[in-house]
Amino acid sequence: MNAPASFARDRLTHLDELEAESIEIMREVVAETERPVMLYSIGKDSAVMLHLARKAFFPAPPPFPLLHVDTTWKFRDMYALRDRVAAESGMALIVHRNPEAERLGINPFDHGALHTDMWKTEGLKQALDLHGFDAAFGGARRDEEKSRAKERIFSFRSASHRWDPKNQRPELWSLYNARKGPKETIRIFPLSNWTELDIWQYIYAEDISIVPLYLAAPRPTVERDGLILMVDDDRFPLRAGEVPVERSIRFRTLGCYPLTGAIESEAETLAEIIQEMLVATTSERQGRAIDRDGAASMERKKQEGYF
Amino acid sequence: MATALRDLPPADAARLEIEAFLEANQKKSLLRFITCGSVDDGKSTLIGRLLYDSKLLFDDQLATLRSDGRRLGGELDLASLVDGLAAEREQGITIDVAYRFFATARRKFIVADTPGHEQYTRNMVTGASTADLAVILIDARQGVLTQTRRHSFLCRLLGIRGLVLAVNKMDLVGWDRARFDAIVADYEAFAREAGIGDFTAIPLSGLKGDNVTGRSAAMPWYEGPSLLEHLETVDVAPRRAAEAPFRMAVQWVNRPDQDFRGYAGRIASGRVRVGDAVAILPAGTRSTVARIVTFDGDLAEAGAGRSVTLTLADHVDCSRGDLIASPDAAAEPASRLDATLVWMAEEALIPHRAYWLKIGASTVSASLSAPGAVIDVNSMAEGAAPTLRLNDIGRVAVDLDRPVPAVAYADDRRLGGFILIDKVTHETVAAGLVERVSAGAGRRVGAARSEAGEILWIGGDGTADRAACAARVAGRLKAAGRHVFLLDAEVLGGLVGDLGADEAARAEIVRRAREVALLMSRAGVDAILAVEALAQEAWPGRVIDPAQGDGEEADQWVI
Ligand SMILES: Nc1nc2c(ncn2[C@@H]2O[C@H](COP(=O)(O)OP(=O)(O)O)[C@@H](O)[C@H]2O)c(=O)[nH]1
Repeated sequence: MNAPASFARDRLTHLDELEAESIEIMREVVAETERPVMLYSIGKDSAVMLHLARKAFFPAPPPFPLLHVDTTWKFRDMYALRDRVAAESGMALIVHRNPEAERLGINPFDHGALHTDMWKTEGLKQALDLHGFDAAFGGARRDEEKSRAKERIFSFRSASHRWDPKNQRPELWSLYNARKGPKETIRIFPLSNWTELDIWQYIYAEDISIVPLYLAAPRPTVERDGLILMVDDDRFPLRAGEVPVERSIRFRTLGCYPLTGAIESEAETLAEIIQEMLVATTSERQGRAIDRDGAASMERKKQEGYF
Repeated sequence: MATALRDLPPADAARLEIEAFLEANQKKSLLRFITCGSVDDGKSTLIGRLLYDSKLLFDDQLATLRSDGRRLGGELDLASLVDGLAAEREQGITIDVAYRFFATARRKFIVADTPGHEQYTRNMVTGASTADLAVILIDARQGVLTQTRRHSFLCRLLGIRGLVLAVNKMDLVGWDRARFDAIVADYEAFAREAGIGDFTAIPLSGLKGDNVTGRSAAMPWYEGPSLLEHLETVDVAPRRAAEAPFRMAVQWVNRPDQDFRGYAGRIASGRVRVGDAVAILPAGTRSTVARIVTFDGDLAEAGAGRSVTLTLADHVDCSRGDLIASPDAAAEPASRLDATLVWMAEEALIPHRAYWLKIGASTVSASLSAPGAVIDVNSMAEGAAPTLRLNDIGRVAVDLDRPVPAVAYADDRRLGGFILIDKVTHETVAAGLVERVSAGAGRRVGAARSEAGEILWIGGDGTADRAACAARVAGRLKAAGRHVFLLDAEVLGGLVGDLGADEAARAEIVRRAREVALLMSRAGVDAILAVEALAQEAWPGRVIDPAQGDGEEADQWVI
């Protein structure tokens, strides 16, 4: 972060340290791998990751493309921000949609878990194979979920994109071992040591663009299975008797709109969001329908190649 | 932190307040610490308590905490908060390093949580490598144990400055002051002997929360800070890193166009200002810092810990792995290092086999001597052993295939540590600490190639193949004006005449041939070895495989 010269003498703040560490990680990856790519999911973590990449390689644009593994079911606001941000960064944007999922019309309303599996898990593997990427940056953080606490910053995947918990390397100092076999790939998590609060504070301090859906506004919603869902477009099949109701809502995480629960909130500014977050009583992943099934589920998904 | 905000109404005044809070919150510092303890000392409970009491747990995590069951006499099972991977949970142990996060108004904390079971050295060393402080847990009923000594030794080895002796489970010894004092005296005696400096001892109960975040009413006799107070205020900033000479390893050369050439890296120590004279190592070239470039605008100066991009006033040769340093700090380029190794792989160290060594931002090929000593982590006694196995710690000499600018670990934790990588499996097999840099020793083979002769090993299976290949290589070198000497069984004749024909004899022939080659190399002669050597015996120098052709490009560096 920018600091006046007299200030620079002082000790680094926690955000300065996290920033410097993430930048160091990204530069290592670019120096040591052949075809890196940044997975860009348009969420707040991706926004921070992209911002850090622009810092790491300035004045050059980041020397890798952005990859959006699309499901066609993201919020409209997300697509808008994606296209704007990619243009600003000077990076190539690759959008991959699993052609088979497209052909079969896989959607979150009719296909449940298969939706995530085909669009996201399979889609990601396809995209990495198709373009021959050997390293992919992801925005996951260790504080998101208990089983993530042990995830390495450099996470190795077999040729079939499987994660083997027994075959991960110790990470000492900031000396990352990026050597790998010809078909192996690496997922790199430069935000590993950031918490949700760090992310928000950094967005606030650096004035980073985020999808407006993170801020509260009146939006058309229905309540279903305990989640408040936003009716983002006319593909949303209303059940008998369901009438969209306008509520002041915001989202703590963003994914496919039919799968992402909103929270009722009046927080219209970043400062208010952070305030709400500090008194929050529900941790982040609960908004994602995907994580509801059991404590060990995330780990299983990871072994199968879900990012 | 959370409680302070809970009652604010969402009005404008409150908005100003939250903004002020955020400003203050952004100035928090970061402390990385490690917790060390044996199984059942109460480590998980203590970490769970810190997370729980810093109020950064959410309701659904608390719900899991309760549903995960196992209530302990009405207490929450705090330990289950920090449990990890499913497979490990089934075994009832954690078997790696897990990182946990919590924050207070003053600091953000990253806790490296390492398990306390026997196979712990590798994990603890990993966790300790980035820690500024260590919390060493002791069960008040048991006092200072062998494990306590072991943990303390490893913390000292990894250069951790801040040490907290957390005497836990004080509730089980009736909050007894005499018991606490006796343990502290015991540890003090050990610390003196082991060369461990200051430490802070705190009596506590992770389960009941006494002296964890607040002072304990049960132990009025203790007047020091609670654990959290201590962690919030302790100064472990490597003072020396700021005062130390400027050093930065170049990670990446930034060349967006012909006009800009920037050297990107993270400052390891010291400060750099625009206009400062610098040396580029290992070449030793001099230049001046022209700009300190960042995304947020140029800086006039920058200090340790920041990731920056420097431009230099002159067009000098500088690439990834080089060190940009203040000229008076110029680290001597070394091709031989004396190091302490912590072995981390199932497969034991193989002396003289080639490994990749990553130090700073350079990766070089390295071969290791057999360990000069193996250190018993329990007694700290040094003994002899033919190799290093998983979790062993030992001293070795490391030969590098080209000189790197090395700094002793004691002087710089960022640049004095290295990892070793298996060239076939790509596993990280060891962590290394540079003890001593011997600049001169390495010249023998690597440093001054213009003076020393090259050593070339001809690989391949058949004697005929080898002979033909050796002749070709000798011819090529002679044509280039080099002095060449071919060492094969025939030439070595008298020198190995006393040896038999078994495997031990063959290895001895290789050893003698190597010594002759080293002497020749020192005399400036290129030595070509055409003897029956195993891949791991072919050092120092490089191997030429007849099957691959013997053009320069096909040469495979081995040391
Ligand atoms: N009485 C008492 N019991 C404790 C304390 N801390 C931990 N324990 C108990 O000691 C056992 C081991 O604790 P745990 O945190 O799992 O130890 P770990 O193996 O070091 O992580 C559990 O039964 C805890 O409830 C303490 O301060 N007082």
